Amino acid sequence: MGLQSLTLHINGEKRVVNVRFADTLLYALRGNLGLTGAKPGCLNGDCGACTVNVDGWPMKSCLMLAVEAVGKEVTTVEGVKGEPIQHAFVENFAFQCGYCTPGFIMNCRSLIQHHPDADDAKVKEWLESNICRCTGYAEIQQAVKSVINKE
Amino acid sequence: MLPFDFDYYRPKNLQEAVELYRHLRQSGRQPMYISGATELITLGRIDLVFTDAVIDIKDIPECREIGFDGDYLVLGSALTLTAIEEANLFPLLTKTSSEIADHTARGKITLGGNICGQIFYREAVLPFLLADSQAVIIGPEGVKVHYIDELFQKTLQLGNGEFLVQLATDKRHVDVPFISIKRRQQWETGYPLITAAALKIGGEIRVAISGLCPFPFRSNQMEAAINRDGLSVENRVSAALTVLPEPILNDIEGSADYRLFVLQNLLNDILAELDGINS
Repeated sequence: MGLQSLTLHINGEKRVVNVRFADTLLYALRGNLGLTGAKPGCLNGDCGACTVNVDGWPMKSCLMLAVEAVGKEVTTVEGVKGEPIQHAFVENFAFQCGYCTPGFIMNCRSLIQHHPDADDAKVKEWLESNICRCTGYAEIQQAVKSVINKE
Repeated sequence: MLPFDFDYYRPKNLQEAVELYRHLRQSGRQPMYISGATELITLGRIDLVFTDAVIDIKDIPECREIGFDGDYLVLGSALTLTAIEEANLFPLLTKTSSEIADHTARGKITLGGNICGQIFYREAVLPFLLADSQAVIIGPEGVKVHYIDELFQKTLQLGNGEFLVQLATDKRHVDVPFISIKRRQQWETGYPLITAAALKIGGEIRVAISGLCPFPFRSNQMEAAINRDGLSVENRVSAALTVLPEPILNDIEGSADYRLFVLQNLLNDILAELDGINS
């Protein structure tokens, strides 16, 4: 037990973190690596504010132990630079306070990659994983659909 | 972050996992098998789960199997619910599974984790109860295969050091008429109230329920009532409601009376869907 040295692949780089096996990926990202884009919310897998991509799929980083991420490709919002979904969020004013935004962007990004022709039901199914306390859902839905329609 | 420490092991095969468990127990430890780890994290966070040695089975090939093998559909216990939905080899399971938690969480929650979890919903077991599936388990005494309706008595009855490896379902039972309905307290994303899953095999409707009692179940008595010849739908549903297991949940999500009202409507919906279909 105690601290363990783990090598994680994050945003295209190898990063060494010293964590407990009991630490979540969210804790390692924020506390060990200063990657504060993934937000702590419920810490219970409900709100989606901490969503990152693991091997291209959305993952609530509060529901994953850091040690489980060894050998996986982790992308946080800091690793997403100027992608269409980010511009779409700005153009559609898809945020108010912004706290949920990184999680939504990471979820939407993965949705677009896996289902570039997603229909309304698919978009709704995926977006149900994240909560926006400001209730900006209509604009968030517009943002993701604007990217899907363009592609 | 969890308020206790543990060692973490990721065995590469079944024997290594079982041997690790045995060794850790002999050393006075409290080992726990995990695959998705969601319940370890969410319940461990509030001190409802404890272990000092995690054995993560997600890399064991048998626990990741997915596909048809001879006359059976084989699904490994460490498959995520998303992986099962994307493959869509068992349509009733896809439908029932797709209502568990949310899409992102289902990318972490595993089939075995849901069935063996502490939460009382455990909806993923319903399709297997209905399809007379077999559970492959391993433990200190080796591999055992049981019909799941024998092994699942309110919870999956696993002995010390045993874990669920796979579920095998007769392929004739995976593609039959079905319906799966989840009713929530509020809207489409609220906490679950009751899930009812049904299959029609050999002209008989089979029903399994989650969220009515503190455990998922399939009841022969209920099925006898809803399949009775010569009675109206109303009388068949009424008869089914008199032979329910106990206790009926009565909590903040729904009173016992309300749950029974919801169940009555669910059974009506199931009969409306499946009564006229030949199977």
